[in-house]
Amino acid sequence: MARMWAIIERELRRFRRSPTLIVISLVFPIVQLVVLGYAFGGNVKHLKVGIVDEDHGLSAVRIRELAGAVAANARTFDTMPYADPGAALTDLRDGRINGVLTIPPDYSRRVLSGDDPRVALIEDNTDNFVTATLASAVGSMVGALTQPVAKTERVSTDPTLDVVEVYPYVPYIQYLLPGSVVMSIFMMVMIGGGIIFIDDKARGLHEGYLVTPITKFELIAGFNLSGTIKSVMAGAVLMTIGSVIAGIPDPFAPLRLFRLFVVIVVTAMALISMMFLLMVRVTDPLVPRAIFGVLNTLLYFPSGAVYPQQGFPPWMRAIAVVDPFTYAVHAFKCLLLKNTGFAAIGFDLLYLTVFSVIAMTLATRLFRRTL
Amino acid sequence: MHAIEVRDLVKRFGDFTAVKGVTFDVDEGEVFGLLGPNGAGKSTLIRMLTTLIAPTSGRATVNGFDIATESDSVRRSIGVIPQAMTSDMELSVRENLLIYAKLYGVPRERRTRLMAELLDAVELTQWADKPVKNLSGGMRRRVEIARGLVHEPRIFFLDEPTTGLDPVSRVAVWEMLRRIKAERSLTILITTHYMDEADRLCDHIAIVDHGELKALDSPIRLKASIPGKNVLEVSFIGAPPGWQARLEALPHVEAASERDSVFRIATENGPVTTQALLEAASAAGVTVQSLSVQSTTLDDVFVHYTGRALRDALQEGPAHDFSYMRR
Repeated sequence: MARMWAIIERELRRFRRSPTLIVISLVFPIVQLVVLGYAFGGNVKHLKVGIVDEDHGLSAVRIRELAGAVAANARTFDTMPYADPGAALTDLRDGRINGVLTIPPDYSRRVLSGDDPRVALIEDNTDNFVTATLASAVGSMVGALTQPVAKTERVSTDPTLDVVEVYPYVPYIQYLLPGSVVMSIFMMVMIGGGIIFIDDKARGLHEGYLVTPITKFELIAGFNLSGTIKSVMAGAVLMTIGSVIAGIPDPFAPLRLFRLFVVIVVTAMALISMMFLLMVRVTDPLVPRAIFGVLNTLLYFPSGAVYPQQGFPPWMRAIAVVDPFTYAVHAFKCLLLKNTGFAAIGFDLLYLTVFSVIAMTLATRLFRRTL
Repeated sequence: MHAIEVRDLVKRFGDFTAVKGVTFDVDEGEVFGLLGPNGAGKSTLIRMLTTLIAPTSGRATVNGFDIATESDSVRRSIGVIPQAMTSDMELSVRENLLIYAKLYGVPRERRTRLMAELLDAVELTQWADKPVKNLSGGMRRRVEIARGLVHEPRIFFLDEPTTGLDPVSRVAVWEMLRRIKAERSLTILITTHYMDEADRLCDHIAIVDHGELKALDSPIRLKASIPGKNVLEVSFIGAPPGWQARLEALPHVEAASERDSVFRIATENGPVTTQALLEAASAAGVTVQSLSVQSTTLDDVFVHYTGRALRDALQEGPAHDFSYMRR
């Protein structure tokens, strides 16, 4: 095993002298965390809604007042009055406004006579997020028009739903953090275990090892363990910085830190084993660079790191089932967002460990002791 | 027992045969050179002997161990300097030696002594803690030489150790190798396409071309084995038909050939043949455009055994570079 430690020592000495590698492996996940977290995490505000009042009656005035109240308080949308419905629709099509709320000429009369009064919301439906937000806000506003003024019963006779949230509010940036930690580990695995490994092979560095009495297992285990150590460092640093940026409550509780460390180690081992399995027969330095984007997409997005897996089509859920990211992200979510114990992440740890053993065994079998 | 015994060694890559049934022995303590152009099969041969690739057929022993069945024992017996620079650029000279000493399982107290001795032997003691990337090409080669000896091997393989080095660095590497060999009783197998390197370093030279061993002997005997002690290279203006036959008839001439309008004349007596040649040219009205007289070199030996000049073979480049191929 002394030879395995020689490989580890060599890799770590090189790593210590490559600060660029450390920075690169951390910068991408942090930037992604901050940008995606803040981009998707907030509510949509200040949409532009044109109001075409063709009625001018009392009920129409009430709608305009309610719309003005939303614009002044919730700020979901800003109102822009239009006298000409044609001009409003032209602006909608040209993208200057996001929707047109039309109050038809006989609206107030219909309200008074109780004859199915209706207003229309015409939307630019090329953006689903905007459409959904606008429909929800205007729908609530119109719903408020129909609410009775007061209820007299002390006990409601209608069934109601009380929603109880088990955990404090989780902003989207916190939701993203588990995926970013896994991504930082993967970045180090990809650069240290993939790109540099193949570059060394292409430069002939491995030829130097192969003429020594080192065994296949010692060589692969040496590369795996050194890659794991480097990836653990990357994951630990990102988890610390990311927890502070995302505002994870009580991020440095010792027991949670210990559990997180265990998950980081197991995740790093799984990903580095997978990388060596993928790269064991590769000699062309272009290959790891070429597959980097594909691997990143195939592993990160199906894992549930950015969107719940329940919304995926069946083929993507199938990828998610075997994807080691899925189990790592789940484990990190449990620890970071719910502060659970090992019982909640037992299966994740088991899967990642079994995955590591299988990948490393296959990599060792496929590794050639000759050129 | 020979340090290296090679019997009918063959290596095929698909339809291409890189090494075609080579047989030779290397005695203990000698410097043995494989001389040939790029693509001749030298590197394939050395990679088989150092267990980096498996032979297709034939057998070879290194330090008494079979390369196919006792590869681990072979690896413990040998030091190898591959053609490419394989030191870690980011690590210091000392760290490179340390890692390899550990890979060879050299005990701590022995490796400390050995590393100090080797750094001294390759004159890099004052550079020991500098990163290899800060060293010149010649110094990096010296690092590799020290690295290959860090476990005190019996046999040392060097694959084109001075390729890419400037003339001064090349001479420095030769002197270093001679000194280290004498101090450590090493057997050295070296591949090269530099004739002067083979001439100055090697006790025996095997000329390799197109995967075949064309000749094998000491440099002196190889030179003596071909016709003539001197070679005249002459070009003429207005040489008439049958001029080559006239040249062959000059005194002491053993052979004459013509290629690209340059006549190569092998002679036992350069000065006398030169005098006669000038007189014959004058009498025939032929102008001598250029004339050189030189002692027989290994290039002449190479021409004799392969039918082409080594420098021409080098310019042709590797006919088949299969070094990238995997088994």
